[in-house]
Amino acid sequence: MTESVPPPLVIGPITMTDVVRYQGASGDMNPIHHDDAFARRAGFPSPLALGMMQAGMLATWATDWLGAERIRSFRVRFIEQVWPGDVLTSSGAVARQYEEDCERRVDVELVCRRQTGGVAVLGWATFCADERGALS
Amino acid sequence: MVDHAAVGKSGDWFEMEIEKGKIHEFAKATWSTNPSYLTDPSPVCEPTFLTTMIFWQGPSSNPWDEVAMDQERGLHAEQEFTFFGAPPRAGTRLKVRSTITDVFEKEGKRGGTLTFAVMVTDFLSQDGVLVAQSKLTGVETSRPPEEPS
Repeated sequence: MTESVPPPLVIGPITMTDVVRYQGASGDMNPIHHDDAFARRAGFPSPLALGMMQAGMLATWATDWLGAERIRSFRVRFIEQVWPGDVLTSSGAVARQYEEDCERRVDVELVCRRQTGGVAVLGWATFCADERGALS
Repeated sequence: MVDHAAVGKSGDWFEMEIEKGKIHEFAKATWSTNPSYLTDPSPVCEPTFLTTMIFWQGPSSNPWDEVAMDQERGLHAEQEFTFFGAPPRAGTRLKVRSTITDVFEKEGKRGGTLTFAVMVTDFLSQDGVLVAQSKLTGVETSRPPEEPS
C-alpha cells in the first residue's frame, strides 16, 4: 500500500451534549450515561461516556481512511472508562495484508486514547481493497 | 445476577429498515463528515450503525433481558460487527434475530468474579441471505465499579 496513514482524529473535551446526542442516535438510553443520581448510586463519580460512542469515533477514523463501502468487520474491546471533559485521540495502523475469498484484504489495529495516555478502546477492522489492490 | 439458563434463547424475528435519515443522524453523533454516509444518494450504514436495531426490536425479540444483567453493575465489554459484502445501504429491509450464545465466568484481575454474556444477532436480506452479524459481550462485576483513574 502506498497511501499514508491519516492524522489521528482528536475529539473533545467530551460534553454531556455529545453523550446525549449519541444516546439518542443509537437508542441506548441507559441512565448511567446521563443521569447523575443514577450514576452515583452505581458507584461512579458522574455519568460516564458510552463505549459505543468511542467505538463510533474509531469507525469514523478508519472508514474515512479506507472506505465506508469496503469495511468487512469491526471489533472493539472497551478498556478504560471515558468521562465528560476527556479529550480522545483515535488512530491506528495496518497490521496485515492478505488474500481471502478472492479479495485483497487489509487488517488494521485501532486505538482510542484518553488525554492521560490511557487506552479507552482497542479496535480491529478488516477492509477489502479495490480491484487494483489499492487502498481508497 | 446473570442467569446461565439464558444460553440458547432466541428472540422473535423482527424487521429493521436501514433509513437514510438515521444514517445521517448516526454520522453526526460519531463525528463523521464522510460523503459516503452524508451525500451518497444511497449511503451505506456506518460500521457500528446496526446497534440502532434497538429501535426495531420489541420486548419479545430481545433475549438480552433473559440474561438478567444488573444495569448498575453491567458493562459493555466487547462488540463486533461482520459484513458479508458492503454494509447494508439505506432502503434495505433486514430480517433480524438475536440469540444468547454464551454465559461464562472469569476471575477479575483485582479480585471478584466477572460474569460475561454473549449475544449474536443475524441480519438477513429479504431472500434469506446473511448480510451482517453482530456480537455483543456484556460483563457483570461482583462488586461496584472502581473509581476512575
